Amino acid sequence: MADQSANKGSGGIAKIAFFAVLAVVLVSGLIFAPEHAGLAIHPMDQFELTPLFGGEHVGTFTVTNQTLWMGLAIVGIILLLVVGTSGGKEVPTRSQSVAELAYGFVYKMVEDVAGKDAVKYFPGIMTLFMFIVFANFLGLIPMSFTPTSHIAVTAVLAMIVFVFVTVLGFVKNGAGFLGLFWVSSAPLPLRPILAVIELISYFVRPVSHSIRLAGNVMAGHAVIKVFAGFAAALGLFGFFPILAISAVYALEVLVAFIQAYVFTILTCVYLKDALHPSH
Amino acid sequence: MASNTQTTDAAHGAAESAGMPQLDFSTFGNQIFWLVVTLVVIYFVLSKIALPRIEGILQARQTRITNYLTTAEEMKLKAVEAEAAYNQALADARTEANKIVAEARAEIQAEVDAAAAKADAEIAAKAAESEAAIAEIRAGAVDSVKAVAKDAAKEILGTLGHSADAKTVTAAVTARMKG
Repeated sequence: MADQSANKGSGGIAKIAFFAVLAVVLVSGLIFAPEHAGLAIHPMDQFELTPLFGGEHVGTFTVTNQTLWMGLAIVGIILLLVVGTSGGKEVPTRSQSVAELAYGFVYKMVEDVAGKDAVKYFPGIMTLFMFIVFANFLGLIPMSFTPTSHIAVTAVLAMIVFVFVTVLGFVKNGAGFLGLFWVSSAPLPLRPILAVIELISYFVRPVSHSIRLAGNVMAGHAVIKVFAGFAAALGLFGFFPILAISAVYALEVLVAFIQAYVFTILTCVYLKDALHPSH
Repeated sequence: MASNTQTTDAAHGAAESAGMPQLDFSTFGNQIFWLVVTLVVIYFVLSKIALPRIEGILQARQTRITNYLTTAEEMKLKAVEAEAAYNQALADARTEANKIVAEARAEIQAEVDAAAAKADAEIAAKAAESEAAIAEIRAGAVDSVKAVAKDAAKEILGTLGHSADAKTVTAAVTARMKG
């Protein structure tokens, strides 16, 4: 018992000491850092599009670093899902097993969330999921570029889903698709108000859908860059920010998968609304 | 990193004035174009090659597993049948054995009975024969004794000086022997 409390006490002291050192380091960093390259933290530089083959101007068809990393995502997907499954063995190899897992994961998601009749849209949803997952994970390689950190990219993804789902809803259900906004289980006087709310929330979907993904990815990368800037500025004490970078990086690995998952499952939810608009 | 910072340092002034590169609308056309190209490529690779292949693999495996399960079920039924047949055969063999044992026993019993009866008959015949012989012998003996007794009586009477006729002696001896 005494040992334990002593341990706890020493742990507490260590903790206090740790934070004290951290504070000193941070303050000293802020005071003395300017002579170190003027604290050159530019966390947003990593998101800049630069033409790969010279030139400053980014035209519509210019091959940029983003193009390169999108292409690498394609290569990764082909390696995993095509080359990895080329054996087609009954007892899968490692890569085939991962490919089967990815297939089963998304397939089950579509089936469970959007229903059995949504299975024919599975290739499209699988395309979205694989692209986002690969873009996110390739983006975690240091010095790489993350296409999904760009709102232009995620907005296009979200708009594809939004337009497709809306058109599909009207094609499948005709005017009945508007029943999605008419909450028939609510009391009659409330329904027009709810309809307005539902309508707004429906049109906000692509916004939240795209900003959620781009925001998460961008924020994590920017935080890592900021800590990296601290590490450069602090010199000998740089290991504190490096520890923080490790922690944030671990979180980013999680976020890379979870955001792809969230994007895909929301797509399935929207698809379900289009196929079965009744509340 | 170093080369990167140097190259980006030059472009940095422009970027800083633009703020977030994400909001630089002049690059949107480029991004959207390449994204659409990427998505189309991925979609065709997936829907034409990858997904049918993986589906095929999974289905083949599922079919195989189902087949194995059916076979196992059939074999189980066969095993149960075989066990029943075995038990039946065992029971049959047992009844058959019991039958054979009973038959053999009956046969032996009959043989034994027959032999005993025969022996009994033989014994009875022998006994009758022996009795007859004994009776004969006895009869013979009585006659002999009568003759000896007559002779002896005649001799005795002669010795005593009496002469007796044979008729009287015989009657006397016969009467004595009866008494």
